[in-house]
Amino acid sequence: MSALSLSGVGKVFNPGSDQEVRAVHGIDLEVGRGEFVSVIGPSGCGKSTLLRLIGDLTPPSAGTVSVNGKTPARARLDRDYGMVFQSATLLDWRKVAANVELPLEIMGMGEAERSRQAAAMLDLVQLGRFAGHYPWQLSGGMQQRVAIARALAFKPSILLMDEPFGALDEMTRERMQAELLRIRAETGTTVVFVTHSIPEAVFLSTRVVIMSSRPGTITEVVDIDLPEPRSYETREDRRFFDLLTKVREGLRAVEAS
Amino acid sequence: MLYHRLPAIGIFVGGLIVWEGVVRAFDIKGFILPAPTAIAATFSAETADLLTAGAGTFSTALAGLLLGGALAVLMALAAARWRFVRDGALPFAIAANSTPIIVLAPIANSWFGLRSPFASIFVVAILVFFPVMINLVRGLLSVEASEVELMESYAAGRLTTLWKLQLPNATPYLFSALKVAAALSLIGAIVKEFFGGSQDRLGQYITTKAGLLQFEEAWAAIVLASIFGIVLYNVVVLIERRVIPWHVSVRNV
Ligand SMILES: Nc1ncnc2c1ncn2[C@@H]1O[C@H](COP(=O)(O)OP(=O)(O)O)[C@@H](O)[C@H]1O
Ligand SMILES: [Mg+2]
Repeated sequence: MSALSLSGVGKVFNPGSDQEVRAVHGIDLEVGRGEFVSVIGPSGCGKSTLLRLIGDLTPPSAGTVSVNGKTPARARLDRDYGMVFQSATLLDWRKVAANVELPLEIMGMGEAERSRQAAAMLDLVQLGRFAGHYPWQLSGGMQQRVAIARALAFKPSILLMDEPFGALDEMTRERMQAELLRIRAETGTTVVFVTHSIPEAVFLSTRVVIMSSRPGTITEVVDIDLPEPRSYETREDRRFFDLLTKVREGLRAVEAS
Repeated sequence: MLYHRLPAIGIFVGGLIVWEGVVRAFDIKGFILPAPTAIAATFSAETADLLTAGAGTFSTALAGLLLGGALAVLMALAAARWRFVRDGALPFAIAANSTPIIVLAPIANSWFGLRSPFASIFVVAILVFFPVMINLVRGLLSVEASEVELMESYAAGRLTTLWKLQLPNATPYLFSALKVAAALSLIGAIVKEFFGGSQDRLGQYITTKAGLLQFEEAWAAIVLASIFGIVLYNVVVLIERRVIPWHVSVRNV
Protein backbone atom coordinates (compact mmCIF):
# COMPACT_ATOMS: atom_id res chain seq x y z
CA MET A 1 0.00 0.00 0.00
CA SER A 2 1.41 3.38 -0.93
CA ALA A 3 1.68 6.19 1.55
CA LEU A 4 -0.23 8.58 -0.68
CA SER A 5 -2.49 7.95 -3.60
CA LEU A 6 -4.21 10.75 -5.50
CA SER A 7 -6.48 10.12 -8.45
CA GLY A 8 -8.20 12.75 -10.55
CA VAL A 9 -7.85 15.29 -7.76
CA GLY A 10 -9.07 18.81 -8.54
CA LYS A 11 -9.82 21.93 -6.56
CA VAL A 12 -11.97 24.86 -7.60
CA PHE A 13 -12.15 27.85 -5.25
CA ASN A 14 -15.34 29.93 -5.14
CA PRO A 15 -17.09 27.78 -7.78
CA GLY A 16 -19.77 29.51 -9.80
CA SER A 17 -18.77 33.01 -8.72
CA ASP A 18 -16.84 35.54 -10.76
CA GLN A 19 -13.87 34.80 -8.51
CA GLU A 20 -13.81 31.14 -9.50
CA VAL A 21 -10.24 29.74 -9.53
CA ARG A 22 -9.39 26.31 -10.84
CA ALA A 23 -6.37 25.87 -8.59
CA VAL A 24 -5.48 22.25 -9.38
CA HIS A 25 -6.92 19.82 -11.87
CA GLY A 26 -6.69 16.12 -12.70
CA ILE A 27 -3.83 15.23 -10.35
CA ASP A 28 -2.79 11.55 -10.34
CA LEU A 29 0.09 10.71 -8.04
CA GLU A 30 1.33 7.70 -6.09
CA VAL A 31 3.91 8.20 -3.35
CA GLY A 32 5.50 5.11 -1.79
CA ARG A 33 6.49 4.70 1.86
CA GLY A 34 9.70 6.51 2.69
CA GLU A 35 9.78 8.36 -0.63
CA PHE A 36 10.87 11.99 -0.84
CA VAL A 37 8.78 13.74 -3.49
CA SER A 38 9.34 17.38 -4.36
CA VAL A 39 6.72 19.49 -6.11
CA ILE A 40 8.03 22.33 -8.23
CA GLY A 41 6.32 24.79 -10.56
CA PRO A 42 5.66 28.46 -11.26
CA SER A 43 4.12 30.41 -8.41
CA GLY A 44 0.35 30.20 -8.27
CA CYS A 45 0.32 26.78 -9.98
CA GLY A 46 -1.36 25.14 -7.00
CA LYS A 47 1.53 23.58 -5.06
CA SER A 48 0.30 24.79 -1.68
CA THR A 49 -3.24 23.83 -2.58
CA LEU A 50 -2.08 20.32 -3.46
CA LEU A 51 -0.34 20.01 -0.10
CA ARG A 52 -3.40 21.32 1.73
CA LEU A 53 -5.61 18.82 -0.12
CA ILE A 54 -3.35 15.98 1.03
CA GLY A 55 -3.28 17.36 4.58
CA ASP A 56 -7.08 17.74 4.81
CA LEU A 57 -6.87 21.48 5.36
CA THR A 58 -9.18 21.97 2.38
CA PRO A 59 -11.55 19.45 0.73
CA PRO A 60 -11.10 18.43 -2.93
CA SER A 61 -13.74 19.43 -5.50
CA ALA A 62 -13.04 16.31 -7.54
CA GLY A 63 -11.21 13.00 -7.29
CA THR A 64 -10.00 11.08 -4.28
CA VAL A 65 -7.03 11.32 -1.95
CA SER A 66 -6.01 8.33 0.10
CA VAL A 67 -3.40 8.41 2.83
CA ASN A 68 -2.05 5.12 4.19
CA GLY A 69 -5.25 3.62 2.76
CA LYS A 70 -7.47 6.08 4.68
CA THR A 71 -9.31 9.29 3.91
CA PRO A 72 -7.26 12.47 4.60
CA ALA A 73 -9.72 13.37 7.37
CA ARG A 74 -9.15 10.02 9.10
CA ALA A 75 -5.39 10.37 8.61
CA ARG A 76 -5.44 13.82 10.19
CA LEU A 77 -7.40 12.56 13.18
CA ASP A 78 -4.90 9.70 13.44
CA ARG A 79 -2.11 12.29 13.48
CA ASP A 80 -0.42 10.88 10.39
CA TYR A 81 0.73 14.34 9.24
CA GLY A 82 3.52 16.56 10.34
CA MET A 83 3.29 19.94 8.62
CA VAL A 84 5.90 22.62 8.13
CA PHE A 85 4.84 25.88 6.53
CA GLN A 86 6.83 28.61 4.84
CA SER A 87 6.89 30.59 8.08
CA ALA A 88 7.83 28.77 11.27
CA THR A 89 4.46 29.53 12.95
CA LEU A 90 5.87 29.15 16.45
CA LEU A 91 3.68 30.33 19.30
CA ASP A 92 5.24 33.49 20.77
CA TRP A 93 4.28 32.70 24.35
CA ARG A 94 5.89 29.29 24.41
CA LYS A 95 9.57 28.74 24.84
CA VAL A 96 11.30 26.60 22.24
CA ALA A 97 10.88 23.32 24.13
CA ALA A 98 7.23 24.08 24.89
CA ASN A 99 6.62 24.79 21.21
CA VAL A 100 7.98 21.36 20.31
CA GLU A 101 5.83 19.85 23.06
CA LEU A 102 2.62 21.47 21.75
CA PRO A 103 1.47 18.57 19.53
CA LEU A 104 2.45 16.05 22.21
CA GLU A 105 0.41 17.97 24.78
CA ILE A 106 -2.60 18.00 22.47
CA MET A 107 -2.20 14.27 21.93
CA GLY A 108 -2.27 13.72 25.66
CA MET A 109 1.28 12.50 26.25
CA GLY A 110 2.46 12.64 29.88
CA GLU A 111 4.66 15.49 31.01
CA ALA A 112 7.88 13.56 31.62
CA GLU A 113 7.72 11.71 28.33
CA ARG A 114 6.82 14.92 26.54
CA SER A 115 9.85 16.82 27.74
CA ARG A 116 12.13 13.87 27.02
CA GLN A 117 10.76 13.66 23.47
CA ALA A 118 11.07 17.42 22.92
CA ALA A 119 14.66 17.36 24.14
CA ALA A 120 15.48 14.51 21.76
CA MET A 121 13.91 16.35 18.80
CA LEU A 122 15.75 19.57 19.62
CA ASP A 123 19.00 17.61 19.69
CA LEU A 124 18.10 16.21 16.28
CA VAL A 125 17.94 19.72 14.82
CA GLN A 126 20.93 20.75 16.95
CA LEU A 127 19.08 23.29 19.06
CA GLY A 128 19.26 21.56 22.45
CA ARG A 129 20.96 24.59 23.98
CA PHE A 130 18.07 26.84 23.02
CA ALA A 131 15.25 24.88 24.69
CA GLY A 132 14.65 27.68 27.20
CA HIS A 133 14.65 30.56 24.70
CA TYR A 134 11.63 32.35 23.33
CA PRO A 135 11.10 32.14 19.53
CA TRP A 136 11.88 35.85 19.03
CA GLN A 137 15.35 35.25 20.49
CA LEU A 138 16.16 32.90 17.58
CA SER A 139 17.15 33.64 13.99
CA GLY A 140 14.78 32.74 11.15
CA GLY A 141 16.72 29.59 10.33
CA MET A 142 16.69 28.43 13.93
CA GLN A 143 12.95 29.07 14.18
CA GLN A 144 12.41 26.95 11.10
CA ARG A 145 14.44 24.12 12.65
CA VAL A 146 12.23 24.34 15.74
CA ALA A 147 9.20 24.02 13.45
CA ILE A 148 10.75 20.90 11.91
CA ALA A 149 11.50 19.45 15.35
CA ARG A 150 7.88 20.13 16.30
CA ALA A 151 6.58 18.43 13.16
CA LEU A 152 8.72 15.37 13.82
CA ALA A 153 8.04 15.20 17.56
CA PHE A 154 5.03 12.92 17.33
CA LYS A 155 6.64 10.73 14.67
CA PRO A 156 4.15 11.38 11.87
CA SER A 157 4.30 8.91 9.00
CA ILE A 158 4.07 11.71 6.42
CA LEU A 159 5.81 15.07 6.47
CA LEU A 160 4.21 17.83 4.37
CA MET A 161 6.53 20.78 3.84
CA ASP A 162 5.59 23.98 1.99
CA GLU A 163 8.69 25.94 0.95
CA PRO A 164 10.13 25.45 4.44
CA PHE A 165 13.54 26.88 3.56
CA GLY A 166 12.26 29.65 1.29
CA ALA A 167 13.18 32.44 3.69
CA LEU A 168 16.70 31.18 4.47
CA ASP A 169 20.04 32.26 3.07
CA GLU A 170 21.91 29.85 0.80
CA MET A 171 24.36 28.55 3.43
CA THR A 172 21.72 27.89 6.08
CA ARG A 173 19.55 26.37 3.41
CA GLU A 174 22.15 23.79 2.38
CA ARG A 175 22.80 22.88 6.00
CA MET A 176 19.07 22.47 6.63
CA GLN A 177 18.76 20.27 3.54
CA ALA A 178 21.50 18.00 4.86
CA GLU A 179 19.83 17.88 8.26
CA LEU A 180 16.48 17.05 6.71
CA LEU A 181 18.00 14.13 4.78
CA ARG A 182 19.75 12.87 7.90
CA ILE A 183 16.53 13.08 9.93
CA ARG A 184 14.60 11.31 7.20
CA ALA A 185 17.20 8.54 7.08
CA GLU A 186 16.83 8.12 10.84
CA THR A 187 13.03 8.17 10.90
CA GLY A 188 12.00 6.72 7.53
CA THR A 189 9.33 9.40 7.12
CA THR A 190 7.61 9.92 3.77
CA VAL A 191 8.08 13.52 2.63
CA VAL A 192 6.14 15.73 0.20
CA PHE A 193 8.16 18.88 -0.25
CA VAL A 194 7.11 22.04 -2.11
CA THR A 195 9.91 24.25 -3.37
CA HIS A 196 10.75 26.56 -6.23
CA SER A 197 14.44 25.84 -6.12
CA ILE A 198 15.57 23.35 -8.77
CA PRO A 199 18.85 22.33 -7.01
CA GLU A 200 16.97 21.86 -3.75
CA ALA A 201 14.37 19.62 -5.41
CA VAL A 202 17.00 17.51 -7.18
CA PHE A 203 19.32 17.22 -4.18
CA LEU A 204 16.63 16.11 -1.74
CA SER A 205 14.23 13.99 -3.72
CA THR A 206 13.68 10.51 -4.98
CA ARG A 207 11.24 12.03 -7.50
CA VAL A 208 10.50 15.58 -8.68
CA VAL A 209 6.96 16.45 -9.75
CA ILE A 210 6.75 19.37 -12.19
CA MET A 211 3.49 21.33 -12.30
CA SER A 212 2.10 23.85 -14.76
CA SER A 213 -0.41 26.56 -13.96
CA ARG A 214 -3.90 27.39 -15.10
CA PRO A 215 -5.07 24.86 -14.32
CA GLY A 216 -2.43 23.46 -11.97
CA THR A 217 -1.61 20.02 -13.17
CA ILE A 218 1.32 17.59 -13.29
CA THR A 219 3.22 17.80 -16.57
CA GLU A 220 6.22 15.62 -15.82
CA VAL A 221 7.69 13.42 -13.11
CA VAL A 222 11.49 13.14 -13.01
CA ASP A 223 13.07 10.16 -11.23
CA ILE A 224 16.14 11.25 -9.28
CA ASP A 225 18.53 8.31 -9.45
CA LEU A 226 21.38 9.88 -7.51
CA PRO A 227 23.39 7.64 -5.19
CA GLU A 228 22.38 7.47 -1.54
CA PRO A 229 23.21 8.86 0.93
CA ARG A 230 23.29 12.32 -0.62
CA SER A 231 26.22 14.38 0.50
CA TYR A 232 28.36 17.33 -0.36
CA GLU A 233 29.80 15.36 -3.29
CA THR A 234 26.32 14.77 -4.70
CA ARG A 235 26.16 18.42 -5.73
CA GLU A 236 29.29 17.94 -7.81
CA ASP A 237 28.19 14.69 -9.44
CA ARG A 238 27.74 14.83 -13.24
CA ARG A 239 24.40 13.12 -12.89
CA PHE A 240 23.28 15.93 -10.53
CA PHE A 241 23.88 18.50 -13.26
CA ASP A 242 22.12 16.38 -15.86
CA LEU A 243 19.08 16.14 -13.59
CA LEU A 244 19.15 19.88 -12.93
CA THR A 245 19.02 20.42 -16.66
CA LYS A 246 16.23 17.92 -17.07
CA VAL A 247 14.05 19.59 -14.41
CA ARG A 248 14.91 23.04 -15.73
CA GLU A 249 13.82 22.05 -19.22
CA GLY A 250 10.64 20.55 -17.85
CA LEU A 251 9.90 23.83 -16.12
CA ARG A 252 10.78 25.89 -19.18
CA ALA A 253 8.34 23.87 -21.25
CA VAL A 254 5.69 24.64 -18.64
CA GLU A 255 6.37 28.35 -18.55
CA ALA A 256 6.49 28.64 -22.35
CA SER A 257 3.06 27.05 -22.74
CA MET B 1 16.50 52.29 35.52
CA LEU B 2 16.68 55.24 37.90
CA TYR B 3 18.50 57.20 35.21
CA HIS B 4 15.49 56.91 32.90
CA ARG B 5 13.18 58.09 35.65
CA LEU B 6 15.15 61.27 36.40
CA PRO B 7 13.45 63.46 33.76
CA ALA B 8 9.99 62.51 35.03
CA ILE B 9 11.01 63.09 38.65
CA GLY B 10 12.49 66.44 37.62
CA ILE B 11 9.29 67.54 35.91
CA PHE B 12 7.21 66.42 38.89
CA VAL B 13 9.30 68.26 41.49
CA GLY B 14 9.75 71.28 39.21
CA GLY B 15 5.99 71.39 38.60
CA LEU B 16 5.29 71.41 42.34
CA ILE B 17 7.81 74.21 42.90
CA VAL B 18 6.35 76.33 40.08
CA TRP B 19 2.81 75.69 41.39
CA GLU B 20 3.82 76.72 44.91
CA GLY B 21 5.70 79.77 43.60
CA VAL B 22 2.82 80.95 41.39
CA VAL B 23 0.27 80.59 44.19
CA ARG B 24 2.49 82.61 46.55
CA ALA B 25 3.67 85.23 44.06
CA PHE B 26 0.18 86.09 42.80
CA ASP B 27 -1.47 85.45 46.14
CA ILE B 28 -3.97 83.06 44.57
CA LYS B 29 -6.86 82.33 46.89
CA GLY B 30 -7.28 78.80 48.25
CA PHE B 31 -10.73 78.37 46.67
CA ILE B 32 -9.20 78.84 43.23
CA LEU B 33 -6.02 76.83 43.67
CA PRO B 34 -4.47 75.89 47.01
CA ALA B 35 -0.66 75.61 47.24
CA PRO B 36 0.88 72.11 47.36
CA THR B 37 2.14 72.75 50.89
CA ALA B 38 -1.38 73.69 52.02
CA ILE B 39 -2.77 70.51 50.46
CA ALA B 40 -0.04 68.46 52.12
CA ALA B 41 -0.76 70.03 55.51
CA THR B 42 -4.47 69.28 55.11
CA PHE B 43 -3.63 65.76 54.04
CA SER B 44 -1.76 65.04 57.24
CA ALA B 45 -4.39 66.73 59.41
CA GLU B 46 -7.25 64.81 57.75
CA THR B 47 -5.45 61.52 57.19
CA ALA B 48 -7.91 59.38 59.16
CA ASP B 49 -11.05 60.71 57.41
CA LEU B 50 -9.40 60.64 54.01
CA LEU B 51 -8.20 57.08 54.38
CA THR B 52 -11.62 55.88 55.56
CA ALA B 53 -13.28 57.55 52.57
CA GLY B 54 -10.53 56.35 50.24
CA ALA B 55 -10.70 52.76 51.46
CA GLY B 56 -14.47 52.68 50.93
CA THR B 57 -14.26 54.08 47.41
CA PHE B 58 -11.24 52.03 46.45
CA SER B 59 -12.75 48.75 47.60
CA THR B 60 -15.99 49.30 45.67
CA ALA B 61 -13.97 50.29 42.60
CA LEU B 62 -11.89 47.14 42.95
CA ALA B 63 -14.95 44.94 43.51
CA GLY B 64 -16.61 46.45 40.43
CA LEU B 65 -13.45 46.00 38.38
CA LEU B 66 -13.15 42.34 39.35
CA LEU B 67 -16.84 41.62 38.80
CA GLY B 68 -17.08 43.49 35.50
CA GLY B 69 -13.78 42.01 34.33
CA ALA B 70 -14.80 38.45 35.20
CA LEU B 71 -18.16 38.77 33.46
CA ALA B 72 -16.44 40.32 30.43
CA VAL B 73 -14.02 37.37 30.22
CA LEU B 74 -16.88 34.84 30.35
CA MET B 75 -18.86 36.75 27.74
CA ALA B 76 -15.82 37.12 25.48
CA LEU B 77 -15.08 33.39 25.67
CA ALA B 78 -18.67 32.62 24.73
CA ALA B 79 -18.54 35.13 21.89
CA ALA B 80 -15.32 33.63 20.57
CA ARG B 81 -16.66 30.10 20.81
CA TRP B 82 -20.13 30.58 19.35
CA ARG B 83 -20.66 32.66 16.29
CA PHE B 84 -24.30 33.45 17.10
CA VAL B 85 -23.30 34.90 20.48
CA ARG B 86 -20.74 37.06 18.71
CA ASP B 87 -23.18 38.19 16.00
CA GLY B 88 -25.87 38.86 18.58
CA ALA B 89 -23.88 40.55 21.32
CA LEU B 90 -20.97 42.37 19.68
CA PRO B 91 -22.88 45.14 17.86
CA PHE B 92 -24.59 46.08 21.13
CA ALA B 93 -21.34 45.91 23.07
CA ILE B 94 -19.64 48.21 20.57
CA ALA B 95 -22.62 50.58 20.67
CA ALA B 96 -22.67 50.55 24.49
CA ASN B 97 -18.93 51.14 24.57
CA SER B 98 -19.35 54.40 22.68
CA THR B 99 -22.06 55.77 24.97
CA PRO B 100 -21.28 57.58 28.25
CA ILE B 101 -22.35 54.71 30.51
CA ILE B 102 -21.52 56.75 33.60
CA VAL B 103 -24.86 58.56 33.15
CA LEU B 104 -26.39 55.42 34.66
CA ALA B 105 -25.04 56.49 38.06
CA PRO B 106 -28.16 58.33 39.33
CA ILE B 107 -30.34 55.50 38.06
CA ALA B 108 -28.19 52.91 39.85
CA ASN B 109 -28.78 54.90 43.03
CA SER B 110 -32.52 54.57 42.62
CA TRP B 111 -32.27 50.86 41.78
CA PHE B 112 -30.03 49.78 44.61
CA GLY B 113 -30.61 52.54 47.17
CA LEU B 114 -28.33 55.48 47.87
CA ARG B 115 -26.29 53.76 50.56
CA SER B 116 -25.94 50.36 48.98
CA PRO B 117 -22.37 49.56 47.90
CA PHE B 118 -23.96 47.54 45.08
CA ALA B 119 -24.95 50.74 43.30
CA SER B 120 -21.26 51.65 43.00
CA ILE B 121 -20.18 48.14 42.15
CA PHE B 122 -22.87 47.94 39.48
CA VAL B 123 -21.83 51.22 37.84
CA VAL B 124 -18.14 50.28 37.87
CA ALA B 125 -18.76 46.74 36.64
CA ILE B 126 -20.85 47.89 33.69
CA LEU B 127 -18.32 50.60 32.89
CA VAL B 128 -15.37 48.19 32.67
CA PHE B 129 -17.36 45.33 31.13
CA PHE B 130 -17.57 46.61 27.58
CA PRO B 131 -13.99 47.68 26.85
CA VAL B 132 -12.61 44.48 28.44
CA MET B 133 -15.02 42.25 26.56
CA ILE B 134 -14.54 43.93 23.19
CA ASN B 135 -10.76 43.88 23.44
CA LEU B 136 -10.67 40.29 24.59
CA VAL B 137 -12.92 39.13 21.74
CA ARG B 138 -10.63 40.96 19.34
CA GLY B 139 -7.62 39.17 20.84
CA LEU B 140 -9.31 35.78 20.79
CA LEU B 141 -10.22 36.15 17.13
CA SER B 142 -7.04 37.74 15.80
CA VAL B 143 -5.08 34.52 15.48
CA GLU B 144 -3.22 33.84 12.25
CA ALA B 145 -4.90 31.48 9.80
CA SER B 146 -1.66 29.47 9.70
CA GLU B 147 -1.76 29.02 13.49
CA VAL B 148 -5.33 27.75 13.29
CA GLU B 149 -4.29 25.32 10.55
CA LEU B 150 -1.40 24.13 12.69
CA MET B 151 -3.88 23.26 15.44
CA GLU B 152 -6.12 21.57 12.86
CA SER B 153 -3.21 19.49 11.64
CA TYR B 154 -2.89 18.15 15.19
CA ALA B 155 -6.62 17.37 15.15
CA ALA B 156 -7.04 19.72 18.14
CA GLY B 157 -10.64 20.30 19.24
CA ARG B 158 -12.32 23.69 19.52
CA LEU B 159 -11.73 23.93 23.26
CA THR B 160 -8.08 22.95 22.94
CA THR B 161 -7.59 25.60 20.27
CA LEU B 162 -9.33 28.17 22.47
CA TRP B 163 -7.21 27.25 25.47
CA LYS B 164 -3.82 26.76 23.87
CA LEU B 165 -3.94 29.25 21.01
CA GLN B 166 -6.65 31.88 21.26
CA LEU B 167 -6.49 32.63 24.97
CA PRO B 168 -2.69 33.12 25.17
CA ASN B 169 -2.91 35.18 21.99
CA ALA B 170 -5.52 37.39 23.67
CA THR B 171 -3.74 38.03 26.98
CA PRO B 172 -1.89 41.15 25.74
CA TYR B 173 -5.25 42.53 24.56
CA LEU B 174 -6.74 41.68 27.94
CA PHE B 175 -4.01 43.55 29.78
CA SER B 176 -4.22 46.67 27.68
CA ALA B 177 -7.97 46.68 28.32
CA LEU B 178 -7.42 46.13 32.05
CA LYS B 179 -5.10 49.14 32.22
CA VAL B 180 -7.86 51.31 30.79
CA ALA B 181 -10.41 49.59 33.02
CA ALA B 182 -8.33 50.27 36.16
CA ALA B 183 -8.64 54.02 35.59
CA LEU B 184 -12.29 53.69 34.54
CA SER B 185 -13.13 51.84 37.74
CA LEU B 186 -12.03 54.75 39.96
CA ILE B 187 -13.72 57.30 37.70
CA GLY B 188 -16.90 55.25 37.85
CA ALA B 189 -16.83 54.82 41.61
CA ILE B 190 -16.13 58.51 42.38
CA VAL B 191 -18.53 59.99 39.84
CA LYS B 192 -21.25 57.66 41.07
CA GLU B 193 -20.58 59.01 44.59
CA PHE B 194 -20.96 62.58 43.34
CA PHE B 195 -24.63 61.69 42.79
CA GLY B 196 -25.08 60.70 46.39
CA GLY B 197 -24.35 57.80 48.66
CA SER B 198 -22.56 57.07 51.87
CA GLN B 199 -20.83 60.12 53.42
CA ASP B 200 -17.53 58.38 54.06
CA ARG B 201 -16.66 57.97 50.39
CA LEU B 202 -14.29 60.08 48.31
CA GLY B 203 -16.96 61.35 45.89
CA GLN B 204 -19.18 62.58 48.70
CA TYR B 205 -16.18 63.90 50.63
CA ILE B 206 -15.12 66.00 47.63
CA THR B 207 -18.59 67.42 46.90
CA THR B 208 -19.29 68.13 50.58
CA LYS B 209 -15.94 69.86 51.22
CA ALA B 210 -16.21 71.85 47.99
CA GLY B 211 -19.73 72.88 49.01
CA LEU B 212 -18.31 74.15 52.32
CA LEU B 213 -15.56 76.01 50.41
CA GLN B 214 -12.95 73.79 52.12
CA PHE B 215 -10.91 73.40 48.95
CA GLU B 216 -7.72 72.17 50.61
CA GLU B 217 -9.70 69.15 51.83
CA ALA B 218 -11.25 68.62 48.42
CA TRP B 219 -7.81 68.76 46.80
CA ALA B 220 -6.35 66.38 49.35
CA ALA B 221 -9.08 63.88 48.39
CA ILE B 222 -8.32 64.42 44.68
CA VAL B 223 -4.65 63.70 45.35
CA LEU B 224 -5.58 60.52 47.23
CA ALA B 225 -7.83 59.38 44.37
CA SER B 226 -4.94 59.98 41.94
CA ILE B 227 -2.60 57.93 44.09
CA PHE B 228 -5.11 55.07 44.14
CA GLY B 229 -5.42 55.28 40.37
CA ILE B 230 -1.68 55.18 39.84
CA VAL B 231 -1.22 52.29 42.28
CA LEU B 232 -3.99 50.25 40.68
CA TYR B 233 -2.56 50.85 37.21
CA ASN B 234 0.89 49.77 38.31
CA VAL B 235 -0.44 46.62 39.95
CA VAL B 236 -1.95 45.69 36.58
CA VAL B 237 1.39 46.45 34.89
CA LEU B 238 3.27 44.26 37.40
CA ILE B 239 0.90 41.35 36.87
CA GLU B 240 1.20 41.87 33.10
CA ARG B 241 4.99 41.57 33.29
CA ARG B 242 4.69 38.30 35.13
CA VAL B 243 1.99 36.81 32.90
CA ILE B 244 3.23 37.81 29.43
CA PRO B 245 7.03 38.18 29.64
CA TRP B 246 7.15 37.03 26.00
CA HIS B 247 5.17 39.95 24.59
CA VAL B 248 6.81 42.78 22.61
CA SER B 249 5.46 45.37 25.02
CA VAL B 250 7.18 43.67 27.96
CA ARG B 251 10.26 41.79 26.74
CA ASN B 252 13.70 43.15 27.58
CA VAL B 253 15.63 43.29 24.33
N1 LIG C 1 -8.35 30.02 -0.21
C1 LIG C 1 -8.30 30.37 -1.50
N2 LIG C 1 -9.35 31.01 -2.08
C2 LIG C 1 -9.31 31.37 -3.37
N3 LIG C 1 -8.30 31.13 -4.21
C3 LIG C 1 -7.22 30.50 -3.71
C4 LIG C 1 -7.16 30.09 -2.33
N4 LIG C 1 -5.97 29.49 -2.12
C5 LIG C 1 -5.32 29.51 -3.29
N5 LIG C 1 -6.06 30.12 -4.26
C6 LIG C 1 -5.69 30.30 -5.67
O1 LIG C 1 -5.31 29.05 -6.18
C7 LIG C 1 -4.18 29.18 -7.03
C8 LIG C 1 -3.05 28.29 -6.54
O2 LIG C 1 -2.57 28.81 -5.30
P1 LIG C 1 -1.41 28.11 -4.48
O3 LIG C 1 -1.78 26.69 -4.26
O4 LIG C 1 -1.19 28.93 -3.26
O5 LIG C 1 -0.19 28.23 -5.47
P2 LIG C 1 1.37 28.01 -5.20
O6 LIG C 1 1.54 27.48 -3.81
O7 LIG C 1 1.81 27.06 -6.25
O8 LIG C 1 2.03 29.34 -5.39
C9 LIG C 1 -3.82 30.64 -7.06
O9 LIG C 1 -4.38 31.20 -8.23
C10 LIG C 1 -4.47 31.19 -5.83
O10 LIG C 1 -4.83 32.53 -6.02
MG1 LIG D 1 2.54 28.29 -2.14
